[in-house]
Amino acid sequence: MDRILEVLARPEYPDLLWRHVSLSAAALAIGTVIALVVAMLVSRSPLGAFVAINVGNVGRAVPSLAILALVFPLFGFGFNTALVALTALAIPPILINASTALRQVSLQVIDAARGMGFSNLQVLGRIRVPIAAPVIFAGIRTSAVQVVASATLATFVGGGGLGDLIVEGYSRGDNYIMLAGAFSVAVLAIITELGFGGLERALTPKGLKVAQKRRGK
Amino acid sequence: MRPLRVARVDSSPGLALVLQDFYVEKERPLIDWAWISENFSDDILPALLGHMYLSFVSVAIALVISLPAGVFVSRYRKAYAPVTFVTGILYSIPSLAAFAILVTVPGIGIGPRPVIIALVAYSLLVLIRNVVAGLDAVPAETIDAARGMGLTARQILFGVELPLALPVIVAGVRIATVTIIGIATIGFFVAGGGLGQVIFSGISRDFPTMILTGALLTTALAVVTDFLLLRLESVLRPWARTRRA
Repeated sequence: MDRILEVLARPEYPDLLWRHVSLSAAALAIGTVIALVVAMLVSRSPLGAFVAINVGNVGRAVPSLAILALVFPLFGFGFNTALVALTALAIPPILINASTALRQVSLQVIDAARGMGFSNLQVLGRIRVPIAAPVIFAGIRTSAVQVVASATLATFVGGGGLGDLIVEGYSRGDNYIMLAGAFSVAVLAIITELGFGGLERALTPKGLKVAQKRRGK
Repeated sequence: MRPLRVARVDSSPGLALVLQDFYVEKERPLIDWAWISENFSDDILPALLGHMYLSFVSVAIALVISLPAGVFVSRYRKAYAPVTFVTGILYSIPSLAAFAILVTVPGIGIGPRPVIIALVAYSLLVLIRNVVAGLDAVPAETIDAARGMGLTARQILFGVELPLALPVIVAGVRIATVTIIGIATIGFFVAGGGLGQVIFSGISRDFPTMILTGALLTTALAVVTDFLLLRLESVLRPWARTRRA
């Protein structure tokens, strides 16, 4: 235990942690923007949404190591490969959830909004997006956990992060270094999972919460 | 940098070959078919089979755990929240970290064992959730009718509830299997075998053919397995098919 704490007290530990968090946050942010923009663009076209959802599904079947490896020949060792790969990894769950949820808003609600004189843009911004928000956010949460987990693999393409400790420990045969890295990543992932779960609950519009309760959850 | 290399090439024939190889490599096509056919039976096929072994054995073990666990949780509702919380925590632990932790446990060590243990743990959340959802979806009237026919609780479970829940359970197996096939690629790190080894060798040798071979085979394995299980799902739901026809 002491030996593990020793590794956590290393001067370069905060840098590794920061690299891990910033890499994940940047990839998640860029991925979210891309996924949401695409989902909104296709939200009024059934064919577009169908294509987006299926591209997302195939994208999810590509293993994270494969995505990192496929980006690797393009950008070589380093941060850029990791960032591009993790962004690609962040997109599918958000894209699937957002395209599905934006299309599932009931037509009566949209009709009512139109009747009240809402423009297409207002319907999207004030009706579709808020109603779809919980499902979209569930997608962002899935992506966030996946990105934090996969950022561990960035070490294999020289992207840095806490995975460095795991690989260092494994190659030197030092279990303590490896465990220090592994526990740090695990805790970070669990914090991400629980934190985004809390945000998801906080961001659900009040009206939807009432409806969910009435349905008996 | 460059003059130094030239000087070295002059002095050492071995390195010259390496460098020659390096320069030839830059002109290589993205996919080197000759390499694939040379290494297919020695490297690629064993990796593919090893990958299938890791994934399918893990899902099978996970199913053996999840079925009774799911039945128990659907009967004893209080257990549902804690069970999904714990399996949810397990699910969110990054695979590389899970493998690294398991390797240090005495009696596990490197090889397929830590990989299978971790993959089983990852499958539990989805499988248990779908077993419960499948059992929940069985109409209460159907169970009542079965009871009225004099079936015992055990007969109702195996003869009515589980068969009706099967499509939802298989849907869970689909999700779990596709996820597991992806995660199994990280198994190379603890010498677990599988296609991850091919991908990683490609990275460390800077050889795109290997990366593409490993990545495409893994993706294809996931997509094909998903499709086959989807077919199984619709076969298990004969009432839905007749209704559609």
